Amino acid sequence: MSTALAQNRGLGAMIWDYLTTVDHKKIAHLYLVAGGFFFLIGGLEAMLIRIQLMKPDNDFISAGLYNEMITMHGTTMIFLAAMPLIFALMNAVVPLQIGARDVAFPFLNSLGFWLFLFGGVILNVSWFTGGAPDAGWTNYAPLSTVSPGHGVDYYVMGLQISGAGTLIGGINFLVTIVNMRAPGMTYMRMPLFTWAVFVTSALILFAFPALTVGLFLMMFDRMFGSVFFDTAAGGNAIIWEHLFWIFGHPEVYILILPLFGAFSDIFSTFSKKRLFGYSAMVFATVLIGFLGFMVWAHHMFTVGMGPIANSIFAVATMAIAVPTGIKIFNWMFTMWGGNIKMTAAMLWSVAFIPSFTIGGMTGVMLAAAAADYQYHDTYFVVGHFHYVIVGGVVFGLFAALHYWWPKMFGKVLNEKLGKLAFWPFFIGFHLTFFIQHFLGLMGMPRRYWVFLEGQGLEAGNLISTIGAFLMAIGTVIFLVNVVYTSVKAKKVSGDPWDGRTLEWSIPSPPPHYNFTQTPLVRGLDPLWVEKSEGKKGMTPAEPLGDIHMPNASILPFLISLGLFIAGFGFIYQVDNKAWLILVFLGMGLTLGSMLTRSLKDDLGHHIHKEELEKDLEKGAGE
Amino acid sequence: MSHDDVLNPKQMPHDPEKATLEGKNKFLAFWFFLGGETVLFASLFGTYLALNRSTAGENTPENLFGLELVFIMTMLLLTSSLTSVYAMYHMKNHDFKKMQLWLGITVALGLAFLGFEIYEFVHYIHEYEFTFRSSAFGSAFYTLVGFHGGHVLFGLCWIVTLMIRNSKRGLNLYNAPKFYIASLYWHFIDVVWVFIFTVVYLMGKVG
Amino acid sequence: MRGWMGKLRAFFIFSALTLLLTGCGVDNLSALKPKGYGSDLLFDLMMISIAIMLFVFIIVMAIYTFVLIRYRQKKGQEDFIPKQTEGNKALEVIWTVIPIILLLVLAVPTVQATFDLADESTKGDEGVTTIEVTGNQYWWHFGYPDDEISTSQDLYIPTGERVYLDMKSSDVIHSFWVPSIAGKMDTNPGDNDNTMYLEAYEEGVYWGHCAELCGPSHSLMDFRVIAVSPEDYDQWKEDMQNVDPEATAEAQEGQELYENNCMGCHAIGDGAAGQGPNMTNFANRTKIAGVIEPSKENLMDWIVNPEQFKPGNQMPANLVSEDEASQIADYLLELDHSDVGASASEAEVEEE
Repeated sequence: MSTALAQNRGLGAMIWDYLTTVDHKKIAHLYLVAGGFFFLIGGLEAMLIRIQLMKPDNDFISAGLYNEMITMHGTTMIFLAAMPLIFALMNAVVPLQIGARDVAFPFLNSLGFWLFLFGGVILNVSWFTGGAPDAGWTNYAPLSTVSPGHGVDYYVMGLQISGAGTLIGGINFLVTIVNMRAPGMTYMRMPLFTWAVFVTSALILFAFPALTVGLFLMMFDRMFGSVFFDTAAGGNAIIWEHLFWIFGHPEVYILILPLFGAFSDIFSTFSKKRLFGYSAMVFATVLIGFLGFMVWAHHMFTVGMGPIANSIFAVATMAIAVPTGIKIFNWMFTMWGGNIKMTAAMLWSVAFIPSFTIGGMTGVMLAAAAADYQYHDTYFVVGHFHYVIVGGVVFGLFAALHYWWPKMFGKVLNEKLGKLAFWPFFIGFHLTFFIQHFLGLMGMPRRYWVFLEGQGLEAGNLISTIGAFLMAIGTVIFLVNVVYTSVKAKKVSGDPWDGRTLEWSIPSPPPHYNFTQTPLVRGLDPLWVEKSEGKKGMTPAEPLGDIHMPNASILPFLISLGLFIAGFGFIYQVDNKAWLILVFLGMGLTLGSMLTRSLKDDLGHHIHKEELEKDLEKGAGE
Repeated sequence: MSHDDVLNPKQMPHDPEKATLEGKNKFLAFWFFLGGETVLFASLFGTYLALNRSTAGENTPENLFGLELVFIMTMLLLTSSLTSVYAMYHMKNHDFKKMQLWLGITVALGLAFLGFEIYEFVHYIHEYEFTFRSSAFGSAFYTLVGFHGGHVLFGLCWIVTLMIRNSKRGLNLYNAPKFYIASLYWHFIDVVWVFIFTVVYLMGKVG
Repeated sequence: MRGWMGKLRAFFIFSALTLLLTGCGVDNLSALKPKGYGSDLLFDLMMISIAIMLFVFIIVMAIYTFVLIRYRQKKGQEDFIPKQTEGNKALEVIWTVIPIILLLVLAVPTVQATFDLADESTKGDEGVTTIEVTGNQYWWHFGYPDDEISTSQDLYIPTGERVYLDMKSSDVIHSFWVPSIAGKMDTNPGDNDNTMYLEAYEEGVYWGHCAELCGPSHSLMDFRVIAVSPEDYDQWKEDMQNVDPEATAEAQEGQELYENNCMGCHAIGDGAAGQGPNMTNFANRTKIAGVIEPSKENLMDWIVNPEQFKPGNQMPANLVSEDEASQIADYLLELDHSDVGASASEAEVEEE
C-alpha cells in the first residue's frame, strides 16, 4: 500500500517535472515521445492509403475519408513527426556539442515544445469532431476555403499554433549557437550537426512567417468573411500557393539539413576519420540554405507563370544539385581510407547515400520545368519526395537515434535488433516508392482515391502496397528494440562509440548542468584532439565553481494551453458566437501567463560547488 | 554573477543592456525575431500589392485615402521613434527618471497614433461602407494596416508594463535589456509604418 | 577515338533506356508512349535528364561500392586508426565543376522546351482552332467559340495541327492532363487564365486526367481527347452545328422530362459552361460521366443516384423516379449526331 502510494507520488512528480522542465535534455525526451507518437499515427494513415490503393476501384475507405487521410498523413508527417523528431535531436545534442549548459532561452524552449504539442493535438482532434482537413497538406485555395465542415479550420489553427512553437525554437537555437559556445569553439570548429542546425534555424526564422501570414489569410477567409482567395470578390487563389511554397520549399531543407549534419558526424565517427572537406561541407550547407529560398515556384510550374519565370526557377533549382553533390562525394571520401565499422547507425547512414542520390536525381529531373508538365502532381512526384524525405530524413532519424540514443538515455540500442529493423524497412522503402515513379509516368496522378481497371496501374500499386507493409514491419521491430533496450540493456559509459565531439566527453546521460567545468576546445573534433594526445577527457576552461541554471516553470504549458482553448473558440464561433467565450478564456490564460512571466523576476538558481564535487565523486565511484 | 549583482549592481556599466549573458542573448534574439517579422510584413505587403486593384467595383484607394490624416499619423509615429531614442540615451547614462519620462512621451504619441488609426477605420466603415469583407482590396488593406496597428497596441502594452513594473526599483542589469528590446520593437514598428505610408497611401493616391 | 567510343556507349545506354521505358504503361495514357508534339518533346527531355542522372549515379555507386568493400573494418583491425585527411581541393573543384557542366547541358534543352511549349505565335490565325476548356467539379466543358459548338467530357481535335486551349475553372483549381499528347496545365478560377496547345500525331482516343486535387471525386474526373483526321474533324463540326433537336416517338416523353428536370443545368446546343455537362452529343460519349461504361442501366443508375458513382458531385439524387430515369435515358441515348470518332473508340476497346 505504502509503496504504491510512493510510486504514485513518484509518477506524479515525474509528470510535474516534465510539465515544468526547461532542461533541454528533458525537452528532447518530450519531443521524441510526441514526435514518435505522431510518426506512428502518420504511418497508420499511410498504411490505410496503401490498402485503399492495393487494387483498382477499391472501396476500402470512402472518397471523402481518403482525402482526409492523405491530408493528415502529409501534415502529420511533416509538421508533427519529422519536425519534432528533428527538434528532439537538436535539443539533445546541440548544447552538448558546443559545450553549453543549456540553450540560450530555456523557458522559450519549453514554450516551443508545448505550442507544437497543443497545435498537433488540435489537428488530430478533428478526427473526432466531424472530419479532418481534406484539401491536401498543401491546402490549396479555393478548395480549402470552400471545404465544408471544420476540417480546414483545424488545419489552420493547429499549424498556426505549432508553427509559432517552431519559430520560437528556431530563434532559440540561432542565439544558442552564436552566444553559448565554449571557449575555443569557433564557427569553423563546430561539428557539422551543429552547423546544419544553425542554418536550419535561420531557414525556420525566414520561412515560417510566410506560412503564418498564409494561415492568417486562410483563417480570415474561412472564419471572418474576408475574400483574399475568393475570385468572385476580386481575390486571387494563387497568393496562397506562393505564400505556402515560399515557406514550403525552405521547409524541405529545414527537414533534411539537420540529418545531413547527423550523417556527417556518423560517417566520421564510424570511419574513425575526420570529415573529408569540412569547410566545403559547411559551405555547401550554407549554400543549400540560401538557394532554398530562391526556388519555391518550381512547385508551381503548371500554374501558368509563363516561360520566363519557369525557366529562371528551373535553373535555380538545378543549381541546388551542386552543393548536394559536393556533400555526397565528401561523405564517400570520408569513408575512403577509413576503418568503417558497420553499426546500426552506420547501416542507416550508408543506405542513405544511394537512396538520397536517387531522390536528388529525380529532383533534378523535376527541376526541368517543361518536363515537369508531365511529372507534376503525379506519382512521380510522390516517389521523388518520399525518396528524399524517407530516404533522407527518416533514414537520418533512425541513424541519429541509434547514434545518440546512449547519450540521451545511457543505453545503446540493441545492435542486432537495429539491423533486423533496417532490412525490411530498407527493402520495403524501395519497393514502395521506386515503382511510383513509373506509375506517375504511366499516367497516375497523385491524390487519387481510386485508379481504374485497365490502365496498366495494377501491378505497380500492388508492389507499392507490399513494400509499405515491409516498412511497417521494420518500424515495429525498431519499437520492440526501444522497449527491449530500456528493459534489458546495461548502462554504458559516456563514450560508447569512440566519439570525436564534445557530447561524448561527458557521462551518459549527462548531469542536468551538462559540463561540470566548461571545456576548452582546441580544434575540430575536440575530444578526438585530446584523445590523440593521449588524454582521457577535455581540459577545463574554468575552475570548478558555482553553476547558474534556469528555473523550471509551468507558464509555457499554460500559455500553450490558453491558445489551445482559444483555437477551439475561433473554430466554432463561426457556428455560434457563444463560442467566443472560449477565445476570451483562452487568450486570457495566455496573456495572463505572459504577463506573469513579465512581472515576476526569474533569475534562475545556482548549483553549488560542493554539490558538483559530490556528483563528481559519485561519477568516479561508478 | 550573483543575483544581487544583477538586481542591485554596485556600478552600472556603459551598456547595461548587454552587460549580462542573458542581456546579450535577448539582444541578439530580438534582432533575429525582427528578421522574421520582416518576412511577415513582406508577405503582407506582397499580398496587398497583388490585391490593391481588386476592388470588385467598390471603393478604390484613390477615393478612400486622405493624405492629411495619414501625414499627421506618420509624424506622430516618427516623433515617437525619436523620443524612444532619447529614452535609451538616458538609459545608457543611467538616468532612470528621464528614461521613464521619455518613454511616457513615446507611449502618449503611440496612443495618439492608434486613436487616429481607429478613427480612420471607423470613418471608412461608416462613411464609405468599406470593410474587411467588401473586396479583396478591403481584406488586404485592413489586414496589412491592422497587423501594424496590432503591433502598435502590443508595443504600447509592453512598454507600459515595463514602466509600471520597474517604476519603484529603477534600472538594473536585469531590466535594462527588457527596456532596450522594447525600444527596438518600437523602432521596427515605425519603419514598417514608413513602408505602409509609401506603399499603401502615397502609391494608392498617386498610382 | 575515345570520344567516339564514348558517344557510341552513350547511344547504346540511351536506346536501351528508351526501350525499357517505352515498355511501360497503356497506350494512349502513358507519358512514356508519346503520341503528340508536347509529349514527344518532353519524352526526349526526360531521356536526356535520365541519361545524365544515370551517368552521375553510376559514378557515385562505383565509388560507393569500392569504399564499402575496401575500407570496411576487418577482423583484428578494430583499433586501427586511419590517417586523418583534411580534404582535397582538387577533388572538391572536380565534383563542383563537372556537375555544373552536366546541369548546363540539361538546362539548355529545358529552357528551349519551356519556351517552345509556351509559344502562342499562331494563335488566332486563320484556320487555327482555339478551344475553351473549363474545369468543373468533376467534369470538363469544351467550347468551340469560332464554330459555335459546346460539348463536355470528350474533346474532339484534328490531328497533325496545333490546337490552342484557353483554360479556366469555374470553381476550384483543376489540372488538364493528357499524358500521351502533352503535359499538363492548371485551370484556375478568376482571372488567372492559361493557354496551352495540343498537337496529336495520329488518330485515337487519348485518356485525360484531372491532376490537381479538387475534391472527393478528383480521381474520377476523367475525360478523353478524340483526335480525328482534319477531314473527319470538319465533318464532326458540321454534324454538331446541324443537330436535329427532335426526338423520335419513343423518346418524346423522355425529352419532355429532360426539359423539365435536367435542362436547367445540362444544356443541349451551344452555350457557356453551365451547372452541369453539356449533353449535345451525349450518345457519342465514350463514357458516362467520364468513368462509367455506357449502357442504359448504368445511365439510369447514374440519373437516379449519381453520388454512388462520383462522391461529392453537384447533381442531386432522386430528382426523377426510376421509370422517368429510364425515359430520360432513352432520350439521351438518341443524342447521337456524328459517326466521327466512333471507329477510334472501338479501337481503344480492342486494345484493352
